[in-house]
Amino acid sequence: MSASPESLHRALGLSDDEYGAITSILGREPNHLELALYGVMWSEHCSYKSSRLHLRRLPSEGAHVLVGPGENAGVIDAGDGIAVAIRIESHNHPSAIEPYQGAATGVGGILRDVFTMGARPLAVMDSLFFGDLTDARQRWLVEGVVAGISGYGNSVGVPTVGGELTFDQCYNANPLVNVLCVGALPKERLVLGAASGVGNLAVLLGSRTGRDGIGGVSVLASAGFSGDYALSDDAKRPSVQVGDPYEEKRLIEACLELLDRGLVVGIQDLGGAGLACATSETAARGGVGMDVDVAAVPLRERGMLPFEVMTSESQERMLAIITPANLDAVVEVCAKWEVRATVVGRVVEPVRRADGRLGGMLRIRDGFDGEVLAEVPASSLADEAPLYDRPRCRPASLDAVLADDPTMDEPVGSPEADLLDLLIDPAWVHRQYDSMLFLNTVVGPGRDAALLRLAGPGLPSSTRGIAITTDSNPRWCALEPRLGTTLTLYEALANLACVGATAKAVVNCLNFGNPEHPEVMWQLSEAIDGLAEACRATDLPVIGGNVSLYNESGGSDIDPTPVLGVLGVVDKLVAPPPGWRWRAGDALMLVGARRAVGELAFPLAGSKWATRRGRRGGRIANVDPAAAAVTVGFVAGEVASICAGATSDVTAVHDVSGGGIACALAEIAAVADVGAEIDELECHAELFSEFPGRFVVATNDAAAFSMRATAAGVAHLQIGTCGGSRLRIGASIDVSVDEVGRRRSDALANALAGST
Amino acid sequence: MKRVGVVVFPGSNCEHDAVAALSSVGAAAELVWHTVKSLAGFDAIVLPGGFAHGDYLRPGALARFSPVMEAVSRFANEGGPVLGICNGFQVLAEAGLLPGALQKNVGLTFLCQPTTLIVTSTNSALTSGATIGQELVIPINHFSGAYTCDDATFERINERGQVVLRYRDNPNGSRGDIAGLANERGNVVGLMPHPERAMSTLTGSADGRVLLESFVMASVLA
Repeated sequence: MSASPESLHRALGLSDDEYGAITSILGREPNHLELALYGVMWSEHCSYKSSRLHLRRLPSEGAHVLVGPGENAGVIDAGDGIAVAIRIESHNHPSAIEPYQGAATGVGGILRDVFTMGARPLAVMDSLFFGDLTDARQRWLVEGVVAGISGYGNSVGVPTVGGELTFDQCYNANPLVNVLCVGALPKERLVLGAASGVGNLAVLLGSRTGRDGIGGVSVLASAGFSGDYALSDDAKRPSVQVGDPYEEKRLIEACLELLDRGLVVGIQDLGGAGLACATSETAARGGVGMDVDVAAVPLRERGMLPFEVMTSESQERMLAIITPANLDAVVEVCAKWEVRATVVGRVVEPVRRADGRLGGMLRIRDGFDGEVLAEVPASSLADEAPLYDRPRCRPASLDAVLADDPTMDEPVGSPEADLLDLLIDPAWVHRQYDSMLFLNTVVGPGRDAALLRLAGPGLPSSTRGIAITTDSNPRWCALEPRLGTTLTLYEALANLACVGATAKAVVNCLNFGNPEHPEVMWQLSEAIDGLAEACRATDLPVIGGNVSLYNESGGSDIDPTPVLGVLGVVDKLVAPPPGWRWRAGDALMLVGARRAVGELAFPLAGSKWATRRGRRGGRIANVDPAAAAVTVGFVAGEVASICAGATSDVTAVHDVSGGGIACALAEIAAVADVGAEIDELECHAELFSEFPGRFVVATNDAAAFSMRATAAGVAHLQIGTCGGSRLRIGASIDVSVDEVGRRRSDALANALAGST
Repeated sequence: MKRVGVVVFPGSNCEHDAVAALSSVGAAAELVWHTVKSLAGFDAIVLPGGFAHGDYLRPGALARFSPVMEAVSRFANEGGPVLGICNGFQVLAEAGLLPGALQKNVGLTFLCQPTTLIVTSTNSALTSGATIGQELVIPINHFSGAYTCDDATFERINERGQVVLRYRDNPNGSRGDIAGLANERGNVVGLMPHPERAMSTLTGSADGRVLLESFVMASVLA
């Protein structure tokens, strides 16, 4: 590093003002190493400097919340002495450059966040967003990302139980890979990532440190792409980390054994910004200082400079804080699992800082008694990054876009051809994931929500179940980010209801464009408000999240893509929910408000149907939140009683979402391999309109079902009857169930083969 | 109560599932670390699924050198019941306790899905309680599950009834649709599908019970 500090700070992603702030914190000019620490820790990715101000508006409280936002994962009390940890994160930019390793290390990172809390990771879900599959690069990305998740997740031994798969041209240059993990632990074993106890040791566990992933959080995650793969974007590939699932598997087992035996006082994973982040965050949380011996860190290659050692994002590493008395026992457990354990730091007393406050210093030394290479207040790295209220502006073009509504478009064309074109079965993806490990998976990938027994090695016995869903709708959020995000949460609650679960907590991954564009900041702020309103209305806490900004290429931003992960609980799970298996003779009910709230009964703006036609304008549907909540509660109760072992006349449940009622009916017909005759629908718009709070329910006793729905105050209507080998909807659709099944199951494989 | 050892290599991941499933059919199942050199006191041994030693080099290729494998060989040669599930089957094949090898699936992707198996021999520790022709729905979960062997071996294992389970709809390109295979004496059995994942209709199928019940009932051969 020969550049002067003045130009060096810009190369490290720090602005002139940020450089000034560092100088005043230290009371002097920073040296190169110190500047490198601030460069990674004050990156957008680590510091949330553009979003923190807005994230504060999200509610995070709840009687059952054990750990809220700000820790490695959120944790709730799920009952029966079991705590459930949940976390979602993006790995977008690494996956855009190197899809296999980008996605694989995304899985590895989220697992470490969860077992850091003392929880055994029990399930992973992935929300994947790619561009148009007619582009060969997109097909390469899909295959690489899926292979990466499969290769890492299966081997590390955590089932992948669901997720989302979205294709839209707005992701052509910037795919999104969001990974969610759920883990469980005996409630009393909860661990936090804090250092405490002066004299305690910081032990680095796992892989040696190499030059991979240096600058991942700053160079890669906190800047957009140019859009020119050949020249500049591919040159970022060395900033992508490389994963080793076998190392991670042994690391998980070793850490869980250390926690089981009470041998650690705090533990923290090494993810973005590596050792710099882990040491400063644990020290800051504990209100103590830490001396780090950079020379003690085991290295993969010779000649690494201290700034490289401190900022490397080499995977499969953890930092454990232990008492000196336990060192031998820790080394022994690690040796059994063939995990490297090295003392690299010591917890030291806080001191009076240059600005007069008492705080712990992070000191990087060459040998514990050697030269001090860097000395900065730990909390200034971890918590005191600048906070920006960036300019926000509603896009000037939005009024014209909202006025361009596709609902009344003529001619309508062929609803049957449209339906067949919209069907896509994601099985090609989830067949490649181990979705069954731990024997907990009652409802796996490809359905409304995943449903798992709440069980695992070391957990108290329970007959409860947990349900997980990830939901997003960039088509809605591009038009109306606030309402779109609100409706996305309702959609998630409807998905949980289909497996009998009641929602308990929300995590979010906010994928947006460049925050220096005022329109993007407006979208982000609106989406957060939409989520906050929906969470308040449903009394749900947001217990964790991740923000991914700079999802842009060549100056063009992705559509706003807030991904919501929602965790639900089923109080008694002894029988599977009905799923998508209607039978001949069953009555087919539409449950919930038939029409949207507003001028249009069946709006098509933001629907898959409209988007496929290139129609991206109009106002999205609105719903009556109170009525939707009653409907969702009713359906959840109906299914929960089946899960608890009661007999029921309900034979199939599916919520109406992407592709509208037409797709919901076709999906059940394909899976059940039984047709249906539907006569009640009004017009083609009703077939494809998308708004949450509606369900398709099949029952073998329509009178009994109707009586219960009426008693609960839930709107419902018999729209048809199940049976036969054809799906007929009014006069516009009449197609064989075989054809529906074939078109649905072949869609993805054909698209990936480059044919349509 | 039969005492069943479930061998854990670093990288195994189905060991807890195997213990839970074996316990549910009446065995006293316990984990056995891969450095153990004696299996004295066990009535049967299971090598569970997973990625032993990361499956680096080739599935099972490193695990066969784990210290426990000498004891497993002795146990098998003395007639003790040994079951290899998925990765465990790969390890048994690499260790020479079962003939043939498992290669990459014909579609070159990992496959996790239910399969329908047909019982083709009841002359093994795993299938003695089933009936020939019985169809069992049991999931697979592997990248390298396509059974292969040379022609002479293929002829021999078919003639001697060593093929105990076949796929009804071959998902992975296995030669002869072979899903499960026993040694000549029938006390060592490997299969790619996971019977421990088919123990309850709550999670999809209970068809694996008949297999694990048979295995737990199996005695050491004279």
